[in-house]
Amino acid sequence: MTIAVILEQVPDVVEELEIAPSGTDLDRDTVTYVLNEYDDHALEEALLLAEASGDTVVAIGIETTGEIDQALYTALAKGAHRAIKLVGDFEGSWLSTRATAELLVPVLRDLAPQLVLTGVQAPDDLDGQLAPTLAALLDWPHASVVIGTEFANGHVRARKELWGGMTLTVEFVPPAVLGIQAARQAPRYVPVSRVRQVMREATIEEIEVALPPHASITVERLYVPEASGQAELLTGSPAEIADRILELLRTRGLL
Amino acid sequence: MGQRIVVLVEHLAGEATDVTYELLGLARRIANADGAVVEAVVLGEAVGHLAERLPADRVLLLEHPSLHFLAPEPAARALAHVLGSTPPRLTIVPNTSLGMDVAAWVATRLGWPLISYCRALEHRDGRWVATAQLFGGKILADVPLGDEPSVVAILAGAFSADAVEPGSPGTIERVAAPAELEQLRSRVVALERPEAADVDITRAEKIVAVGRGIESKDNVELAEQLAQALGAVLAASRPLVDAGWLPRSRQVGKSGLKVKPKLYMALGISGAPEHLEGMKDAELIIAVNKDPKAPIFTVADYGAVADLFDVAEALLERLEG
Ligand SMILES: Cc1cc2nc3c(=O)[nH]c(=O)nc-3n(C[C@H](O)[C@H](O)[C@H](O)COP(=O)(O)OP(=O)(O)OC[C@H]3O[C@@H](n4cnc5c(N)ncnc54)[C@H](O)[C@@H]3O)c2cc1C
Repeated sequence: MTIAVILEQVPDVVEELEIAPSGTDLDRDTVTYVLNEYDDHALEEALLLAEASGDTVVAIGIETTGEIDQALYTALAKGAHRAIKLVGDFEGSWLSTRATAELLVPVLRDLAPQLVLTGVQAPDDLDGQLAPTLAALLDWPHASVVIGTEFANGHVRARKELWGGMTLTVEFVPPAVLGIQAARQAPRYVPVSRVRQVMREATIEEIEVALPPHASITVERLYVPEASGQAELLTGSPAEIADRILELLRTRGLL
Repeated sequence: MGQRIVVLVEHLAGEATDVTYELLGLARRIANADGAVVEAVVLGEAVGHLAERLPADRVLLLEHPSLHFLAPEPAARALAHVLGSTPPRLTIVPNTSLGMDVAAWVATRLGWPLISYCRALEHRDGRWVATAQLFGGKILADVPLGDEPSVVAILAGAFSADAVEPGSPGTIERVAAPAELEQLRSRVVALERPEAADVDITRAEKIVAVGRGIESKDNVELAEQLAQALGAVLAASRPLVDAGWLPRSRQVGKSGLKVKPKLYMALGISGAPEHLEGMKDAELIIAVNKDPKAPIFTVADYGAVADLFDVAEALLERLEG
């Protein structure tokens, strides 16, 4: 059987993010793309499940950045069995979650996996998260904020994190869609040499897709939040900063 | 906006969570501004007592055994059922672990727009504009609400619960459970609570919290020393806990614990919305981060753009020397 994993390239939030002159998107020319860190966990969880069950892992990505191949080849190098890339007129565009889901649904219906795993959220999913959106369109059960899965007697069990360390274990009759927060173990590492080798030997399957009409929202303005104004900067050498911090604590009776 | 504003009531173990009152407060403010009616939707099993206490004009109560835990599939289906019959103008859902399973599902099912990660909703130039927090809190997006029914998912802690007047429960209307709740393909098998922890960070007066900037497990030792020297307890952001460097009981934030100490010193923590949710109400926040644009500086009282190791060592020298 098949486990599908959806992988998205997203802007690296560790880098400086600049707004495009339009004011409604990032300046995509200055963005560095990375694999959504939660998608990496989704891939890891899929590989762990497949190793235990003998299932096939299919990694699926949409070409919006010109760089999705890297993520897909890395997935193959880590142990995914197939990689599928959806191509269309999307490069350089900010696809809404609803649009992403609309593109994926026909492909997933054809593939008929018993599980679809994807990251719990992405830094740019303004109109909600992918897992519940896909679930609504596919009419499959779902759960988000998942931190561990297992197959048991033809069912899937997923541990959903609540808050304060509480978890809810939900059992599914597959197929189901899960938004993964964290895999049971840290995502595995593959050396670049192995990825290079896979690039020479493996192929990424391509599927041409077009976006059907769907409801969407309009971003009026993107901007950098202003510091709330109250934060006072402590400047100088580390020693001077330390002195200032200790002085602050003393004056407030905290030392 | 007029008409109805509907709030999904989040509850666990028979009690409404804090965010529910924050959302009811927000709904009340909007309603006061334009004459709308505030409605609360209570989905659950044996939750009539909740419905009786909610400060809303009307409470829609749908009870079914599958809704005992507000689990993803039944909660999403039940809410879509309640909303779909007579669409309200605005539906407000918490952007929490439970709400995340419901908001996008319902909006997609009903074909309505959804704005997630909202931290503000303001009336500007005759319309309502939602402000969402994206890219780990580094960017904000203003999105106007159109005329069609819309769903907004609101971050916990974004609004205060002060605007709700207690003790003014509205009329309760029971909604029959839809047939689809008899044919679910998922069920909850367990709710697990964390084991008792060595330290209760929610009671600590002083907290030194470390984030991914600490780089390795070995370096956590330095932060522990600093915490001890300050008479503080050590806490962390999620990635350190996920990596197993600190126990889950030390995690501050959305899925971790909410703290309100007199001092919160954040070292190498970027200040993602999920982390801020757990600590932004600390009395004094001091942040040390190399990146001047780190969102933690938007909530800190004092900030140093510096290397955390240099500052931690200088502090230790002074405290121990
Ligand atoms: C559903 C959900 C729930 C979540 N719950 C939580 C939660 O409860 N708690 C939580 O914390 N997160 C939670 N997260 C994760 C959250 O989104 C962030 O990923 C996380 O808070 C980031 O942790 P961080 O700030 O330590 O790491 P990063 O975001 O990687 O930030 C590291 C920071 O360290 C700085 N830095 C690096 N080196 C140095 C140095 N030498 N000196 C000074 N600064 C340095 C960098 O500039 C950067 O700002 C949750 C996410 C989701 C989706």
